[in-house]
Amino acid sequence: MATTLQPPQTDVEQDLRPRDGHGGGFGGLVPERGELRAVAEPKGEPTRTGVWVALAAIAMSFAALTSALYVREGAATDWHHIVLPPILWFNTLALIASSVTLELARRRVAAFMRRQESDRAASLLWLNATLLLGLVFIAGQYLAWLKLRSQGLYLPTNPNSSFFYLFTGVHAIHVLGGLGGLTRVIVKFLSSRWPLRRSTMDAASYYWHFMGLLWIYLLFILWLKL
Amino acid sequence: MSEAAAHVAHHAPPTSFVRKHVFSLDHKVIGKQYYALALVAVLTGMVLSWLMRLHLVWPNAPIPGLQWLSKVGAPGGVMTPEYYLSLMTMHGTLMVFFVLTNAPFAAFGNYFLPIQIGAEDMAFPRFNMMSFWTTFVAFCILVSAFFVGDGPPLAGWTAYAPLSAVGGDSGPGQAVGQTLWGLSIFVFCIASLLGSLNFISTTLDLRTKGMTLARMPICTWAWFITSCISLLAFAVLLPACLLLVLDRVAGTSFFIPSGLNISDHLQPHQGGSPLLWQHLFWFFGHPEVYIAIVPSMGIISHILIANMRKPLLSHKIIVYCMMAIGFLSYMVWGHHMFLSGMNPFSAMVFSFPTLVITIPATIMTLIWLGSLYGSHLRINSASLFSLGFISMFVAGGVSGFFLAQPSIDIYLHATYFVVGHFHMVMGVAAIFGVFAGTYFWFPKMTGRMMNETLGRWHFWLTFIGTYAIFMPFHYLGLAGNVRRYSAFTDDFLVPLIPVHKFITYSALFTGAVQLIFLFNLIYSRFKGPLAPANPWECTSLEWSTPSSPPPFDNFGGQHPVVHHDPYQYGVKSSTGDYLMQTSPERAGETP
Repeated sequence: MATTLQPPQTDVEQDLRPRDGHGGGFGGLVPERGELRAVAEPKGEPTRTGVWVALAAIAMSFAALTSALYVREGAATDWHHIVLPPILWFNTLALIASSVTLELARRRVAAFMRRQESDRAASLLWLNATLLLGLVFIAGQYLAWLKLRSQGLYLPTNPNSSFFYLFTGVHAIHVLGGLGGLTRVIVKFLSSRWPLRRSTMDAASYYWHFMGLLWIYLLFILWLKL
Repeated sequence: MSEAAAHVAHHAPPTSFVRKHVFSLDHKVIGKQYYALALVAVLTGMVLSWLMRLHLVWPNAPIPGLQWLSKVGAPGGVMTPEYYLSLMTMHGTLMVFFVLTNAPFAAFGNYFLPIQIGAEDMAFPRFNMMSFWTTFVAFCILVSAFFVGDGPPLAGWTAYAPLSAVGGDSGPGQAVGQTLWGLSIFVFCIASLLGSLNFISTTLDLRTKGMTLARMPICTWAWFITSCISLLAFAVLLPACLLLVLDRVAGTSFFIPSGLNISDHLQPHQGGSPLLWQHLFWFFGHPEVYIAIVPSMGIISHILIANMRKPLLSHKIIVYCMMAIGFLSYMVWGHHMFLSGMNPFSAMVFSFPTLVITIPATIMTLIWLGSLYGSHLRINSASLFSLGFISMFVAGGVSGFFLAQPSIDIYLHATYFVVGHFHMVMGVAAIFGVFAGTYFWFPKMTGRMMNETLGRWHFWLTFIGTYAIFMPFHYLGLAGNVRRYSAFTDDFLVPLIPVHKFITYSALFTGAVQLIFLFNLIYSRFKGPLAPANPWECTSLEWSTPSSPPPFDNFGGQHPVVHHDPYQYGVKSSTGDYLMQTSPERAGETP
């Protein structure tokens, strides 16, 4: 419950115009004045900071898993090397391609926001292509799992297979999260009620690219160790 | 910034009861929810500790009612040794995770960090709500372990493998109970990560105009540093718990070596490394204890400054020391593993940074003491508990110097010396920080004052009581009293039972004293005298909100502008001897 108090000495800010001189988002590509479909954002947008923080935590988790792999290998007398299913290389290409399509999508979206393009078609094409390639990656990972299972290698069979399923599984869960983020970007892009903000687009993109880089790192570790 | 804050943190005021008090996006409500959860957890943990203490001193006496909690664990009310370990495990888990990580950091931090930096709310209010309710789900999963067939797990809050990893063969509670533990902590890690994400983003991006990082109060810095530590620490515990659960349910062998014959069953695992669990767990576990203490350091610094009516000797150094503690906390985890069979050379490698980490802690203590010298400290419940924090932090911290030496630790490891050390720094000092914060911020959170007489009784009796409980632990440890024993029947332990009796009586007494606090808290909430706007004459932004408790968006639709750091005490101004951070006045000469 509120109490009646003497007014505190407080200076308040009345003028809430953005002060950054950029006039809006999209990296200075947008004119100072003019129509903007996106909401103007000065620097220091929390969504962008937030995604970097989240990526730091995810990196730390995978660092812990990597150290678990190294320690477990060091302690093991039962390290049976497995052959990595070849489909993994195709999946890697799909994921890298999805990063490329995502970057193309971002440029199309920026162009649309600047009113240099009149409709959403090109942007949506590349966004959907990214989504599709992401799903291709996930499907391919599942096929890799099936291949290992056909060889009789399951999660508890030996430590190599354990780590293979662990690394690919945990990465795949994070990729599914990234697909969720991209879906949200597409929904917002199509919506008139909740417009797409530059920071939302950026956050989803940084996360997605990180998933690609992380996969390349994991593949290298798997190839090296398993 | 303010534009970003207006767009990002803004959400409409809630109208329904559920939106206002249950699934609320408001950081203040979420902070109170965390506090309430911590209160439930600490009361449960305290009752568990009483049960433990009663059993230690009177191992064959029935405890009335205990058989209803567990027929298997306490037939006829007499606790089995295994059930003692189960209660000890739950005591530790509840206290470390649900009290010490929640109360000083999640509860007060969520409530006051946005206000102290002049923001309307946290950066991600929905994540904030999710983080509380995820913590609540973790709590429910953990507590459900009491009621499953075999009872709660008995591997300790540290859940060392292979005991925690092999499953039901290793003891009662190790089947379903331990899996529930693993799941609960897994979920808790996710909640904690969401919370830390929020704190960091909010502090970096939602500060109001004029609020530079240097002008943030010390407790804001403490919450920010804690959230950075917490982000990286829980990110390691999360995969560790995942691996533990996989070992238990999926038949993997991350932690379980081959050839283990437990209860006449050869375990179907091979090749795992129990040491791996210790590494992963303590890599999280040591930063975790600093997550427990650093917010309280910030809170008591803030309270002491306001009550001394003068700044500390150096605020920058306090902040740098907290950063140093956070950074070094990642380098010392092996000091929990001096006796694990690792290369003795590695003991030196971990012992050195453990001793180095005492340096910033000592600097902070000297700054507090040096600032107090010559000050006319206003004595109230909050400042008394802040002084009590310093006393407990020193008394409990000094035993850490001894434990940091591998040679002495060979003797003292897993004795009551260690138990005394961590209870004094975590179980008492950190909780004193929470008490101090409660007495200090109660007027802002509720608009009413807590009863000062009851607060002082609470302080003195608790202060004496906790010293009476935990100081003898060091003596017991030096005498060789091993920890985690459910009864003392060995020749060298029997003479120590009178000391345990004294401790048990002190523990029961001190626990009862907390009823004074509970009564004060609840009574004052409804019937306490109305509080003035700024009862402590404190300069930070939370005391410049238009009402107590603050309105929905903290500052009534306006964005405060900050002109000063929060240490303008002992200056001439129109308000007296202090200047609010938002005051456009210039400081006069010192009166």
